Amino acid sequence: MTAPLLLTGGRLVDPSQGLDAVGDLLLIDGKVAAIGGAIAGPDGARRIDCAGQVVAPGLIDVHVHLREPGREDVETVATGAHAAVAGGFTAVAAMPNTRPVTDNQATVGFVKRQGEAAGFARVYPYGAITVGQMGETLAEFGEMVAAGAVAVSDDGKPVENAHILRTALEYAQTFGIPVVEHCEVMALAHGGAMHEGTVSARLGLKGIPAEAEEIDVIRCILLAKLTGGHIHLCHLSTKGSVDLVRWGKDQGVRVTAEVCSHHISLTHEAVEGYNTNAKMNPPLRTARDVEALQQGLKDGTIDLLVTDHAPHHYDEKEREFADAPNGIVGLETALGVNVTWLVDRGILTIPQLVDRMSCLPAKVFHLPGGTLATGSISDVTVFDPTRAWVVDPAAFKSKGRNTPYGGQTLRGRATCTIVGGRVVHSLDG
Amino acid sequence: MSLLGKDLIGIEGLTREQITTILDVADPLKAISERAIKKVPTLRGMTVVNLFFEASTRTRISFEFAEKRMSADTVNVATAVSSVSKGETLVDTARNLEAMKIDMVVIRHPASGAPRFLADRIESNVINAGDGTHEHPTQGLLDLLTLRSHLGSLEGKRICICGDVLHSRVARSNIWGLKALGAQVAVCGPRSLLPGAITDLGVEVFGRIEEAIQWADALNVLRLQLERMERGYIPSLREYNRVFGLTRARLERAPKDLVILHPGPMNRGVEIDSDVADGPHSVILEQVTNGVAVRMAVLYLLAGNAPALADAAKAESA
Amino acid sequence: MTDASAVVLSARAVARTISRMADEILERTDGPDGVVLVGIQRRGVEIADRLADVMRDRDGSIVPRGALDITLYRDDLQTVGPRPVVGRTHLPVGIDGRTVVIVDDVLFTGRTIRAALDELADFGRPARIMLAVLVDRGGRELPIQPDVVGRVVDVAPRDRVDVFVPTLDGRDEVVVSRGTT
Repeated sequence: MTAPLLLTGGRLVDPSQGLDAVGDLLLIDGKVAAIGGAIAGPDGARRIDCAGQVVAPGLIDVHVHLREPGREDVETVATGAHAAVAGGFTAVAAMPNTRPVTDNQATVGFVKRQGEAAGFARVYPYGAITVGQMGETLAEFGEMVAAGAVAVSDDGKPVENAHILRTALEYAQTFGIPVVEHCEVMALAHGGAMHEGTVSARLGLKGIPAEAEEIDVIRCILLAKLTGGHIHLCHLSTKGSVDLVRWGKDQGVRVTAEVCSHHISLTHEAVEGYNTNAKMNPPLRTARDVEALQQGLKDGTIDLLVTDHAPHHYDEKEREFADAPNGIVGLETALGVNVTWLVDRGILTIPQLVDRMSCLPAKVFHLPGGTLATGSISDVTVFDPTRAWVVDPAAFKSKGRNTPYGGQTLRGRATCTIVGGRVVHSLDG
Repeated sequence: MSLLGKDLIGIEGLTREQITTILDVADPLKAISERAIKKVPTLRGMTVVNLFFEASTRTRISFEFAEKRMSADTVNVATAVSSVSKGETLVDTARNLEAMKIDMVVIRHPASGAPRFLADRIESNVINAGDGTHEHPTQGLLDLLTLRSHLGSLEGKRICICGDVLHSRVARSNIWGLKALGAQVAVCGPRSLLPGAITDLGVEVFGRIEEAIQWADALNVLRLQLERMERGYIPSLREYNRVFGLTRARLERAPKDLVILHPGPMNRGVEIDSDVADGPHSVILEQVTNGVAVRMAVLYLLAGNAPALADAAKAESA
Repeated sequence: MTDASAVVLSARAVARTISRMADEILERTDGPDGVVLVGIQRRGVEIADRLADVMRDRDGSIVPRGALDITLYRDDLQTVGPRPVVGRTHLPVGIDGRTVVIVDDVLFTGRTIRAALDELADFGRPARIMLAVLVDRGGRELPIQPDVVGRVVDVAPRDRVDVFVPTLDGRDEVVVSRGTT
């Protein structure tokens, strides 16, 4: 048993109970024992002074790639979960595009056990929608859920066959899990390396039009409408997508959506100079898209923030732009990026940010946490929203160094991460 | 500081003064190829590697003549495209070459941005001999030199680039160069072969070749690759010629004498008919001659320049 | 920067000097037949033109004139900063078997003339090559000496000798400027 923890004098921000006030938080036996006001902790309680810090329910990132099994040279469940807590996340959901694909109960169980063994963030496995992510045969949702899967996705590519996607949305309802779609029309996106627009025209790179995403977004919404299933849309990147999701929600469709920190902070201009650390799928879009995504987050059209943490080996990004793999690491920069681009610029308040990084991910994916209500699990993120720091990729806990934010100064950083009542990350020792 | 810096990656970003200097240097260099002894000692002792990851006869030979007429030692390396799965990476290839103490690399590569990538990582001068669908700066410069000798100052002159602009590095280099020298630039071709954002580059768009002919002082006709038909950008080469081909009948309706350029190699009977290509308005062979002079000028202006710049670039990219 | 400068040849003195040089060249070549005047870009070309004008005024003979740009033959291209702009080299006639008179404004280290000799060798094999300069300021770094000299000036290595010609400079004089140390 770990000793009771008493976090004193922090700004308690818990949108799940409408709380935003300075006070203490007591954690005992992996549960929230008391919250608010001045709390006299039990004898032997470890006290952590949180004055000037935000004390929030643990941040949850429902979209990460931990590469295990298959590419342990690039990331493992353990290094990814370590990176997560360093960035303030107490839980992550790991996408199933591993090698082999996480499309069965054995692999799901393996990922879950690797997470438990690592002892950093909680690791929730995704199962694949289709066997081998080949888009042809449904994977065994029931078996995978029993082994610990919290959702299904073929992320990395879309489920192109509308019949299969329809069936997945119907079948998943038995288990109460969202079907998570990577929205992309492959025939339109094929060979594309960045957003199709002015910059791609100048650089001579094949573009991916916004419509390649939007056409799939509306297809997903209509299939959710048809089936009554819960569709969750991955990493939306365009204004059109936000408009379509808004329409879907107005229609009462069970659609939820996420956006990545890089899509609310960077534009396709970041690719200038053929910067492979600005290459991801979906690609960085225009300033107009960034603004629409920020507004979508603000008005609730977009439910939550994710990282799409995608580590790659140094050599893999160190090459010709068209041949470099998609994706960037994000677990250790997301909080800073979100505070810098959303809070400091007045798009979101701190409680709204906590809502979209903790409460809503928990709610949408039916995960424990996302609240500091008495009796809930004691996953807590303490962060300093005003702390300025310079991103140093060499210091990442992740094996990945592929970030477009290297050398930049961000504001906002996790100072203490607590999972199950245990301090798993402490910035200042 | 040198006029051009360490490398020539593209015409985008070059100033009018820089472009004019290259052309002004190229002009007198044309005469060297007319001499009995077609050689000057300028680059004696320098080693230039022509690193071609893509088949090219014309450009490679032109560079090789330019290098030899400037007395450089040249090595040709023709390599199949490096792929992710097999073979050496581009940066390893370059570092290996540099370890053999070379001075300049002329690179042709199917990936846009490859020369820039290389230039940021090695100290040798890097000259882009065509990268993917990005730029082909020496082709752009030789087109400018040719146009200048026929039209005089390009200020206000109207140049239309016709054909597969979407996949053309020549088109991009021409657009930047022509605009820097004050010309009006248009593109003409089927919409499926023009980038969606083409007007953002500051050019006009003509949907019909007949309109371009009415408007222009000169036409730069791009090569149409058979592959474009196979990939579904146009229905057939035959129809392309019918609708967009530069034919004598179309040219005869021009309100003035046009200058006709083509970067080669030509598909006779597709984008350009033989009686136009071989006709009085064609300056296609003059382009080839000017190509050697322009490349000599670029070699002269870059050679041996400022290794300190390479260090700065490396620090920047690190 | 300079702290003092003095005119060593005025416009009239330049004209007189060039006139004398023309006579001396013709004397040494035994008349204008087979002579080619080759000026070194850019002021050498101007002086060659003026020498030819004088020769024409003497007896109506038209001496072929050429221009030589030695930039591509320089031995210091690896060390100079900005690349010098390349001028035009133009030889009006074949030089095989002729007497080529290289004409330049100022003779200093001799390196320009070395480059000019190399370049001429690429165009043919003259029977004889001579050197005529308006000013010899000494300071040779190579074993090269002029055959015809307009004026010898004795200056320190840091001093500047500038030949101004009407077509390029709007003035017609030779000026020595004392260099600062």
